[in-house]
Amino acid sequence: MTQFLQATVAGLSLASIYALLALGFVLIYKSTQVLSFAHPALMVFGAYFVSYFAVTIGLDFWLSLALAMALTALLGAVIERLALRPMVGKPLFSMAILTIGLDIAIRVVVNDLIGLNLRGVGDPWGFSTVKLGDVVIETRVIAMFITAVVVTVALLLFFRYSKVGLAMRATAADQEVALAQGISVHRIFALAWIFGGALAALAGMFTSTGPAGLSPTSWIVALKALPAIVVGGLDSVHGAVVGALIIGLAEGYTSTYQATAMPWLGSNFSQVVPYLVMLIVLLAKPYGLFGTEEVERV
Amino acid sequence: MRGRPNLYTSYEADGAIFPTATQKVTFWLGVAGMVALPFLGLSRVWLILLATTFVAAIGAIGLNLVTGYAGQISLGHAFFLGVGCYTGAALSGDPGGSVIGMGLDMLIWLPAAGLVAALAGVIVAPVALRLKGLYLALVTLGLVFLGEHIFRNWESLTGGGGVGRKPPVLSLLGWRFDQPGAIAGIEVSKEQQIYLLTFILLLILGFAAKNLARSKVGRAFAAIRDRDIAADVMGVNLTWYKVVAFAVSSFYAGVAGSLYFATTGFVEPASFNLLLSILFIAMVVIGGASSIAGSIMGAAFVTLLPQIIDSTSDFLPLIGDGSAGVLSPAQFERILFGLLIVIFLIFEPLGLYGIWIRVRNYWKAWPFSY
Repeated sequence: MTQFLQATVAGLSLASIYALLALGFVLIYKSTQVLSFAHPALMVFGAYFVSYFAVTIGLDFWLSLALAMALTALLGAVIERLALRPMVGKPLFSMAILTIGLDIAIRVVVNDLIGLNLRGVGDPWGFSTVKLGDVVIETRVIAMFITAVVVTVALLLFFRYSKVGLAMRATAADQEVALAQGISVHRIFALAWIFGGALAALAGMFTSTGPAGLSPTSWIVALKALPAIVVGGLDSVHGAVVGALIIGLAEGYTSTYQATAMPWLGSNFSQVVPYLVMLIVLLAKPYGLFGTEEVERV
Repeated sequence: MRGRPNLYTSYEADGAIFPTATQKVTFWLGVAGMVALPFLGLSRVWLILLATTFVAAIGAIGLNLVTGYAGQISLGHAFFLGVGCYTGAALSGDPGGSVIGMGLDMLIWLPAAGLVAALAGVIVAPVALRLKGLYLALVTLGLVFLGEHIFRNWESLTGGGGVGRKPPVLSLLGWRFDQPGAIAGIEVSKEQQIYLLTFILLLILGFAAKNLARSKVGRAFAAIRDRDIAADVMGVNLTWYKVVAFAVSSFYAGVAGSLYFATTGFVEPASFNLLLSILFIAMVVIGGASSIAGSIMGAAFVTLLPQIIDSTSDFLPLIGDGSAGVLSPAQFERILFGLLIVIFLIFEPLGLYGIWIRVRNYWKAWPFSY
């Protein structure tokens, strides 16, 4: 039982990171129809600057986090303005491939900055733990989970009640009609990337806490958030969170039990579980669990 | 139709591979030049690089058939390359070695590598029947990771992660392409032979793809790409043609995969990762989607880029190893590679092929090119 709870905690901690990333993906996809493969780069970019401000320069951690989020948001806005604005109206696939190109270019620079050694981000949680019965929970995991919940609720409320959120939903539904209602579609595009960038930085910071640290391979985490949004449906906010939970827990349980229960699946099988879950869900539901089914006209 | 090259009086003439006799002559002269090239004192490095280009071009043509012509987005090309590579390696390998090997001839393993990969494509194709666009792209992305995992853990076949095994043996009816020999009394080195072998294969498979693209099948692919529902209404069997697209594309990938590592001496499961898929996507994007000639140009560009940067890095500011520069040549190449994808997508969606067409048209009407 303890092992099961421990696996659940591990799964939830992964789910929190995936949720933060997935929300960024969904935000961008929902308003601009771009599937951002640039998120791995944005994530490590943010994490590096948290590390730079907090560890190298020695600023306060929270200030560093805010600065890094602002910088990553700025990078997101720059990407949108320079690379994606000229692509409006082009095939969705071209835009997705374009973000792959950006990801490669940005990641080379960030990896060069990170260097070969593991970097910490100077977070206040460190390796401290809390004991709940027999289950040991790292403080950073609690922080992650709370942040993910707060951000999710905030985003849901934002989409539901704020004027900008409404404008975003309108743009997602139909860009031309949104324009006709006096919504600045360009500003919405920029905003989506700004939010997406800031969330990526936040997720990057959390990935780099604890024993994992920030290394040139940290970016791979962001790719595993893609199955999460696909499982939930590319354009659904609550779907992204549900998807992140499913993927995170599936990964957590497999990494705990698979080595003993099903060793023939090979070592590190938990790393590919997200993709397997995605494949199975999509075969049953081609638009994910909560995705909008496309209505097609010929 | 002498002197009126743009006047087509039949569908055959319209769809011909070479619309004019001049083009035909130029093409075959070019081929003759390429065949003569290895005997003109080109260095071993460049010969191998060109051979790799030819193999990459075969793979790029395959990806272009499914993504460029049929519009089914595949990020899973690396997986099919891997399937082909390991099929070839298992069939041709040393029977007494630590990994599976059957010691068969290239006459068997090369088609088999293509066919087994094609079978994998047929298995994946039903997914493409249910999914579209980005969802399909993401599933094929997952395929790469699942494939890499399987390759890494199937140690009796692949040698396992970090260890690897030997790539397929280039031995056709007892003739070894990977050992120096003599053709009709002329001494040929290992590199010259591999160059010629891959060039001839590219020529054959390139023509096959071109013919497929201008046949009924190719038109069905284009119809599915442009509007699948409309194609369905017109009587194009979506299921059948999507399966065909994936099968043919994977066949090319399998053949390319089995030869891609032929020159390196060993192949490792981690080679078939997402970056390899992206490399092939880049070839298609940079070369030009739905164009066979474009695929070849793209493959040449992407494969030769690192070598060109390497040999010019002494002249470029800020580029160099260690203290000589801010970025190493490898890093600079990666950045340039990423940015080129972006730049081509924004400014020249037709790729190198589009640029070539524009240049050609400019000179065609010169000096009245307005």
